[in-house]
Amino acid sequence: MSELRELYQELILDHTKRPRNFGTLEPATCTAEGYNPLCGDKLTLYLVVEDGRIKDVSFQGKGCAISTASASLMTEAIKGKTSDEVAAIFTRFREAVTSPIDHELDLEQLGKLAALAGVREFPLRVKCAVLAWHTMRAALEGRHEIVRTE
Amino acid sequence: MSRLDVDRVRKDFPVLEREVHGKPLAYLDNAATSQKPRAVIDALIHYYSSYNANIHRGVHSLSEEATVAYEAARDKVRDFIRAPSSEEIVFTRGTTEAINLVAQSYLRPRIREGDEILISQMEHHSNIVPWQLVREQTGAVLKVAPINERGEIELEQFSKLLGPRTRFVALAHVSNALGTINMVQEMVRLARMRGVPVLLDGAQAVPHLPVDVQELGCDFYAFSGHKMYAPTGIGALYGRRELLEEMEPYQGGGEMILSVTFEKTTYNRVPYKFEAGTPNIAGAIGLGTAIDYLLGLDLQAVRAHEDELLEYATKEVSKIPSVRLIGTAASKTGVLSFLLGEIHAHDVGTVLDQEGIAVRTGHHCAQPVMDRFGVTATARASFAVYNTTEEVDRLVEGLHRTLEIFS
Repeated sequence: MSELRELYQELILDHTKRPRNFGTLEPATCTAEGYNPLCGDKLTLYLVVEDGRIKDVSFQGKGCAISTASASLMTEAIKGKTSDEVAAIFTRFREAVTSPIDHELDLEQLGKLAALAGVREFPLRVKCAVLAWHTMRAALEGRHEIVRTE
Repeated sequence: MSRLDVDRVRKDFPVLEREVHGKPLAYLDNAATSQKPRAVIDALIHYYSSYNANIHRGVHSLSEEATVAYEAARDKVRDFIRAPSSEEIVFTRGTTEAINLVAQSYLRPRIREGDEILISQMEHHSNIVPWQLVREQTGAVLKVAPINERGEIELEQFSKLLGPRTRFVALAHVSNALGTINMVQEMVRLARMRGVPVLLDGAQAVPHLPVDVQELGCDFYAFSGHKMYAPTGIGALYGRRELLEEMEPYQGGGEMILSVTFEKTTYNRVPYKFEAGTPNIAGAIGLGTAIDYLLGLDLQAVRAHEDELLEYATKEVSKIPSVRLIGTAASKTGVLSFLLGEIHAHDVGTVLDQEGIAVRTGHHCAQPVMDRFGVTATARASFAVYNTTEEVDRLVEGLHRTLEIFS
């Protein structure tokens, strides 16, 4: 049960039940859609980018606890950041959710995103955790196809 | 009818001895694929360790033995679904390939722009997409018989959609996402009255119900081995002989020919015309063994046991106030699809897995069914011959645990 408690810890459940930056954003400078065919989860990401910096961000959609919490935490983590900074955060985050269990993580550097590190105990759920991030990257790159996790 | 001895049956399935996350495995994902009995596993080992050879060509002993075993498996399939003859049984990779074969070799050359193909809202993607391919290739129209709130096709609605342009009907015998047993015999009768041929997707029916294709009256019947205790990668298509004879081959290659020159190739007779290349010999033999195993259990007793599990599970799971069942047809196989409050099915599945309980979560390759009920995913427990009421109790406990975590 401890791994489950780790996965579904309080911060995650809080963001699942009360996702931050949830809803549409008008007018957004870029948007993208993400889709996880495995579970049917869908989300749309809205970004306002000014002078290379993410001024505002929101998301909307329906998903599992992990994908919703991950999207919510991501919006908090990337707001105000440049796209280079965002890319670095994504790299660290992806490492946290995909690295082997015995690999030591710099949780401090991850901030609140560290709450999702428990996902690495559940390889089948990694896709749920990274859906919002891939979608965000597509939005920044101006790609218009729907982002799929597989 | 004798009562099923579940304890004895469980001993036949080696995988049931294993643990998952330190708990005994409760395998409730049988509609996706069933576990395999020792007899089937042994049949594969025996084939590969004592008479592995290619079939229908060699003059040596091993080839002869393999051919005899492969053809004996075809005869077992014939008897299992009460087909008139073994020539009407085509081995395929599974239900999906069987449906694609009929779509391309039977329907595609016979349907024109504006003609209609009738399916239902509860079909698995494998009984939707092959017809959409034909639609794209020919300009035919796809019609969809709706399902009601319980997850049943209403005969009247179905009948109304059978029109002068209907050229083909393809229906699930049993729904994979809902468990509904369709009134296929009556639906086949309605279609055949108008001269419209019917394919039944029997993937979810053969493990649970006695099937008699002559009584059903269908023109084609497709099913997979792996959901009925046989290996993956083997299935069968029953087709009425006249139709099979008229059809073009599906794939070209060895085995499906009588003679080949660069000028002209003469095709083999049915069913070999549809079995290009070296087939899944071991799989077919395994399927034959699975049929023997299933028939050895007494299909009536199997049905009674699975009905009991479904009834018990429906009653116990429904006691949880936040549960919403999806699929409440009057006539069902052992499939329980449900939502647990606002908790996403994937999260339910993850918690249950930690308890050693395997259920399926997602859209079950039947997205139109999910759309019909306004959901993106459900959790689905589906029962087989080796499941027990104790496992249902563990499922219910697991759901309570899930609610606790997400409270």
